[in-house]
Amino acid sequence: MTNPSSIPVLDLGGLLLVSIQGELPDDAAVALQEDVTNAVASTGSRGLIIDISALEMVDSFLARVLAEVAASSRLLAARTVLVGMRPAVAITLVELGLTLPGLDTARTVTEAAAGFGVSIARTGGREEWGA
Amino acid sequence: MTSVPERAEAVRLPIRGDGDLTAVRHQVRALARELGFGLVQQTKIVTAASELARNTLLHGGGGEVEVVRLEGPSGPGLRVSFTDSGPGIPDVERALQDGFSTANGLGMGLGGAKRLVQEFGIEQAPGGGARVTIASWAVSRPAGFGA
Repeated sequence: MTNPSSIPVLDLGGLLLVSIQGELPDDAAVALQEDVTNAVASTGSRGLIIDISALEMVDSFLARVLAEVAASSRLLAARTVLVGMRPAVAITLVELGLTLPGLDTARTVTEAAAGFGVSIARTGGREEWGA
Repeated sequence: MTSVPERAEAVRLPIRGDGDLTAVRHQVRALARELGFGLVQQTKIVTAASELARNTLLHGGGGEVEVVRLEGPSGPGLRVSFTDSGPGIPDVERALQDGFSTANGLGMGLGGAKRLVQEFGIEQAPGGGARVTIASWAVSRPAGFGA
């Protein structure tokens, strides 16, 4: 699968995981929307987890892209869960007037996966994903 | 605009394409951090700058941003001005309303950016072009100052 956004879309056995590492230029955000929607279709996944814990800022453009990813995935029968939003980002988004009502959220990737009935067990001494 | 004296030279950056938005965000973030802005305050002014830089690009056909550090009575501040030579903003009141959008945004650009900062102003040149200026201070001051 080609990924113009260069952000990997990982297939965890029917659950897709996208982890946005660092800042996302506008064109990459638009490319990501296409990549993810294509991945949802080609894998037939029912769930999509988007980890934004590395994002220091979400403006209205990126918020729109995230909301549209969730909307187009929903049309393909997949539910999107946004994970790991930083507190400062949440406060700023609310003040901006964007509460993203169409997006489900979870604290961690583990919690989001559990919501899809997928258990990510701790192995070894590592931190949980997205924790 | 604010009458507070500037302390140091301004940093000017062009806004000509998507890639320039990243540079604007980095510049504002770096200065806000240096001036001792808290994390939430940094995030707010960087987000406001991102909204306004995109407006400059989409509505103004590109332009320039100027980032200036300020020295106020109660601490340092940060002023960011966006200048374009586009058609201007025909109806400022309407443009500040949530949900108003003429380009592909969520319609939160101008009004949303205003809520994220302590000072906000719009100047329009008679022959076209707009200048939107925002400012915030590292130490909070009462609402209604300046602007």
